[in-house]
Amino acid sequence: MRDKKEDKSLITEKKISRRTLLGGAATAAVVLAQTASGKSFQAALTQSELLWIEDPTKVPGVPPGTLGTRSPFEKPVKAPSDISSRTPLQDLFGTITPSDLHFERNHNGVPAIDPAKYELVIHGMVKKPMVFNLADLKRFPSVSRIAFLECSGNYRGAADGKITPQQICGLTSQSEWTGVKLSTLFREVGVDPKSTWFLAEGGDAAVMTRSVPVQKGWEDAILAYAQNGEAIRPEQGYPVRLFLPGWEGNINVKWIRRIELSDQPYQTRQETSKYTEAVGGGKIRQFSFTIDARSIITYPSYPNRVEKGWIEIRGIAWSGRGKVVRVEVSTDAGKSWQPAALQDPVLDKAHTAFRYLWNWNGQPTEILSRTVDETGYTQPFLKDLLAARGGNMGYHFNPVTAWYIQGDGQVLFKAT
Amino acid sequence: MIRSGLVVSICAFFLVSFTSLQSQTTHNSGSLADTLDYPKSFGFGRPATDREIAVLDTDVRPDGKGLPAGSGKAAKGKLVYAAKCSGCHGVTGIEGPNDQLVVIKNPADPKVKARNKTIGNYWPYSTTVFDYIKRAMPFNQPGSLTDQEVYDLTAFLLHENGLIRAEEVIDAKTLPKVVMPARDFFVPDDRKDGPEVR
Repeated sequence: MRDKKEDKSLITEKKISRRTLLGGAATAAVVLAQTASGKSFQAALTQSELLWIEDPTKVPGVPPGTLGTRSPFEKPVKAPSDISSRTPLQDLFGTITPSDLHFERNHNGVPAIDPAKYELVIHGMVKKPMVFNLADLKRFPSVSRIAFLECSGNYRGAADGKITPQQICGLTSQSEWTGVKLSTLFREVGVDPKSTWFLAEGGDAAVMTRSVPVQKGWEDAILAYAQNGEAIRPEQGYPVRLFLPGWEGNINVKWIRRIELSDQPYQTRQETSKYTEAVGGGKIRQFSFTIDARSIITYPSYPNRVEKGWIEIRGIAWSGRGKVVRVEVSTDAGKSWQPAALQDPVLDKAHTAFRYLWNWNGQPTEILSRTVDETGYTQPFLKDLLAARGGNMGYHFNPVTAWYIQGDGQVLFKAT
Repeated sequence: MIRSGLVVSICAFFLVSFTSLQSQTTHNSGSLADTLDYPKSFGFGRPATDREIAVLDTDVRPDGKGLPAGSGKAAKGKLVYAAKCSGCHGVTGIEGPNDQLVVIKNPADPKVKARNKTIGNYWPYSTTVFDYIKRAMPFNQPGSLTDQEVYDLTAFLLHENGLIRAEEVIDAKTLPKVVMPARDFFVPDDRKDGPEVR
């Protein structure tokens, strides 16, 4: 709805300006004919002028450029707060998050790091304490994998239902990450087999630290210097970040500058006073790294208003414990469930797109999705999750979310 | 001729893509063999000197490893706190606007809110206080405090939370021994792969 309105106002604006600017557009075309210079033509015609060209087949288009651009009609944006910024899940297609729409969670802003001065130190319980610069890291054998990254504090609800997928769980995104396997560097420095944890430290203004089990470092940890085919974005840790597939966002330390091998965890502020959750019985769960299975229907969702008839229900599902094996969709408020189609490729610890074709009869109802991962875990309802955690919400909260569809087609969030 | 050549190369492109996708999947499971075995050492990078490690290595472990020389007292910390911390954490460490640091001893106090995680009732390790203040505080001037200031602030905050007496000296030996009431609440992750919701 909101998008439609914006488009309409844009069109109105175009019509008004067209009368006054018609001469201007013609002049631009003349410049092209006179100079035969594509570049000067491009400079002469602004994007907003190009927008209201009614018949693009009658005017030469923009010549090739040095950087691609998003269509000016498309305006997906992150939703920032003081400490984070959320991915517009409802505006995306497929499973790869455009890098500039990847969510952010920072602990004291995004640092400006000169790649020429960047160094990573690995020391502690190792045979050879070493320093690697960015060029060194890129010389090692590389690895790429597509995987999601999700902040463990990624659930919001709203009593009035007026909440978008971006607001509910927009702290998850997916990229192809490329870098060097941490195990490769572990071999290079000679990690002491008696070491059990390592400290990962960022070079940001929070000098953020987390303790990581050494086992994860040997298994599948990556020191990533690239994201979706280019250098990693500053907001995601430029020039190098730790990437731990399937594990909560915070421990994927960005702007990593130091790794210290140890035989115990460091009990840093992030892994004690934050990123721990009350689970009932007066207990606080700590070192809960893995992201449990989850899904969200991204279409239809608030603030959409749908029409009676065919609707392709779309969404994403993921699990930090492995592959998604099934997504089930209910269109009758959870009374019955049908399998959704999973879009290939279904990757390990990765957002997986699902879809379910539905013919809505116009009667009010609720639509829901739940995912089952390869370990047999089924995404729980909110009430079941609360029951399992002594009534506490908090980190690692992954409930099924429902969309209530009113008779007039308005879609609203509903907790389960 | 040219056209059919193009078709062939497009097909080849898709074949390559498909193959690399398979490799990707295999690689994710960790079983893809590289074309050659890794050498014992690639020889990239350079040895780190003790001095450059020492500059970065400020972390403090729960056993006290990493604590510098020196000591602190709550009375001196109170002055540092008033000058450099109270603007964000409140005059007594309770009022905010940012994180509440000091526990409210009287639960009937109207200032007690649902969100009341403090050093006194939630932080399981005393050493974290020193480590975190030194690396990240004050928020607008991170890393600007001297070890003396950090020791004094640590003593002040532990005292305000009722964890040490006013005259107690906090140093590399005494800090790890401060008993933190929240320690016993913490349990390691008990979730496992499988159907159980925890």
